[in-house]
Amino acid sequence: MPTTLKNEAVIVGIGQTKYTKNSGVSELALASEAVRNAIDDAGLVPSDIDGLTTFLLDNNDEIEVARSVGIGDIKLFSRIGYGGGAATSIVHQATMAIATGTCDYVVAYRALNGRSGQRYSQGVSGDIVTSDLIHWSWYMPWGLLTPASWVAMFTQRYMHEYGAKAEDLGQVALAMRNHAVNNPDAFFYERPLSEEDYSTARMICEPLRLYDCCQETDGGCAVVITSPERARDLRHPGAQIRGVACAAAAEQEQMTSFYRDDITTLPEMDQVAEQIYAQSGLGPQDIDAAVIYDAFSSIVFFQLESFGFCKVGEAKDFVQEGNLSAKGGRLPTNTHGGQLSEAYIHGVNGIVEGTRLIRGTSANQPERNDHVLVTSGVGVPTSGLILGQLT
Amino acid sequence: MLSAEKKKELEEAIYAFVGKPIGPPFTGRDVVNEPMIRQWCDAMGETSPNYLDAVAAEKSPHGGIVAPPMMLQAWVMQGWEMHEGYDEPKNEEHRLHKLLTDAGYEGVLGTDTEQSFSRYLRLGDAVTADTVIEHISEEKATGAGVGYFITTRATFTDQNGAELGWMTFRVLKFIPNQPQQAASDDDGAAQPAKPARIKPPMGHDNSWWWQACTDGKIQIQRCGGCEKLRHPPRPMCGACGSMEWDAVESSGRGTLHTYTVIHYPQFPGYEFPIIAALVDLEEGVRMMSSISGCDYEKVEIGMPLQGVIHEDEDGFALPIFRPREDSQ
Ligand SMILES: [Zn+2]
Repeated sequence: MPTTLKNEAVIVGIGQTKYTKNSGVSELALASEAVRNAIDDAGLVPSDIDGLTTFLLDNNDEIEVARSVGIGDIKLFSRIGYGGGAATSIVHQATMAIATGTCDYVVAYRALNGRSGQRYSQGVSGDIVTSDLIHWSWYMPWGLLTPASWVAMFTQRYMHEYGAKAEDLGQVALAMRNHAVNNPDAFFYERPLSEEDYSTARMICEPLRLYDCCQETDGGCAVVITSPERARDLRHPGAQIRGVACAAAAEQEQMTSFYRDDITTLPEMDQVAEQIYAQSGLGPQDIDAAVIYDAFSSIVFFQLESFGFCKVGEAKDFVQEGNLSAKGGRLPTNTHGGQLSEAYIHGVNGIVEGTRLIRGTSANQPERNDHVLVTSGVGVPTSGLILGQLT
Repeated sequence: MLSAEKKKELEEAIYAFVGKPIGPPFTGRDVVNEPMIRQWCDAMGETSPNYLDAVAAEKSPHGGIVAPPMMLQAWVMQGWEMHEGYDEPKNEEHRLHKLLTDAGYEGVLGTDTEQSFSRYLRLGDAVTADTVIEHISEEKATGAGVGYFITTRATFTDQNGAELGWMTFRVLKFIPNQPQQAASDDDGAAQPAKPARIKPPMGHDNSWWWQACTDGKIQIQRCGGCEKLRHPPRPMCGACGSMEWDAVESSGRGTLHTYTVIHYPQFPGYEFPIIAALVDLEEGVRMMSSISGCDYEKVEIGMPLQGVIHEDEDGFALPIFRPREDSQ
């Protein structure tokens, strides 16, 4: 029995749907298509799959997806809460199932009609009765209803403390867009963003302007995960999971951890970093490229600092030096265009892109691709992983 | 008022419009042109050389004159013939409105619009709009009267079929309230509610706090074991594990820890922009609230604030903060 998750599991298949603003099909159709594509990509058949895991927020039950795709018996069904924090957490679930021998092949998926169906930008409201409604009620009466407004609160304080400017945030949005223009799957394919477009776009929640905020997308993504032994016989070079972990830190709230002494850092993401670096034996200097969760431009700053790519408060300098660019940057980041410019599939499109980076098939493939970091949602209990070449 | 049967009939008829295009796609009568841009800019007080000065615009990143994005809909306006009343409906939207008007929902009020633009329009671009009746709400009671919110969505494309942007437009089609009688002989008549801010659900752990607001107090929960103050309220003390607690009244004096000015999206029941504020109270806890009585451009982290209980028109009470003059 393994005592750590290091190298115990490998991503061997990736699948996705088209990313659109109005899919015209059900979310189950999107999930089924993404899962089926991932299984095909791995060179497997549906009956090989014996585990399924997704987001608590996903409306497609594991058994519905299993029936729809023709997957037979399953030994793992699991859901992770906390919105985008679940993205790499579902890989964590799959990895534990593979490492313990619970399952042979697990599919982790996420599919949503995020634009034509329920839109997160429309905010939480009293009409949706959930167990954490009381939590939200400490914000809603004052009009703090949307993810942009919650993230803006942290961002404003961060910028105040470290002197980051709007144009520093803009560097993130522009870097992501520069990647998306080369990615045919991206919503902003061949549609560049100028500094002027960025800085004159309408203000959403100060200091976040329109292009600091991710899109809303209809679409789905899935990945197939198995053991290194099985992976060696499959079609594509596997992306081996060097380390994967999740964390919720003290005084955590969903998106509104406003009561910590310091609200300019992400202790939960610091803990994810600590865990996956320890598991993998790697450090920031070993990471060649990254997929950093970018529901908003500013949250990339926090994470660059959590993962030690720069010191606390210095992310603005790191991005101003062009380090996020696939064209010679120190840390090519979100080479698919990110959620800002490719699509918002709740971070799971980032796991697909991380796998492409390891395979060497990204639309903006950097030269070095030994190790790739992938992170999940910010401000919530979250997770992250490091991928490497299959050994 | 309509009988239940008539109302069911009306609703069946109006909901059948959801998803329907209002008519065939309509291509603007003129391509994007300088005179119309100039007139629009004059009317709106817009002075950017990118729209008005061919020489300057050529040196801009656009490489030539572009149209203001906000003009997008102007290029497909259909002219006066569409506004000569709804007696002879000219498209599906008119037919829908007429159904409601004939049933007594005579009022119409634009409530909000949302737009998105994909690119700047250049001279010679031809704009086509495809407009769909996207949504009709259930019947709502509003300040203006009882009615239905109707949302239309126009998708704009260029001469190559590429999307240029979209616009949603929402109107309330309603039965206007009768002017109130000075002495009503029907005390039981319910007043339709104006849109109001979202209310918290009331549970064991929070209702006492809101009740205190109604009584004019800003309360802070205090642990019965170790006397530590905590906010927002929770049933157990994270420091000592005690489930005993009482509350102390806050002075409302504090400083601004962080804030955001919320411009979009704009929800009914709130006045925008909202200055959402996280306040460090002098008692040592942090409290979410908002700021009033201050220009949003003058807000800065660290400014002294004074919390007061504010009561909405509907009687709901909550703390709101104002700039504090005596910076002690
Ligand atoms: Zn205590």
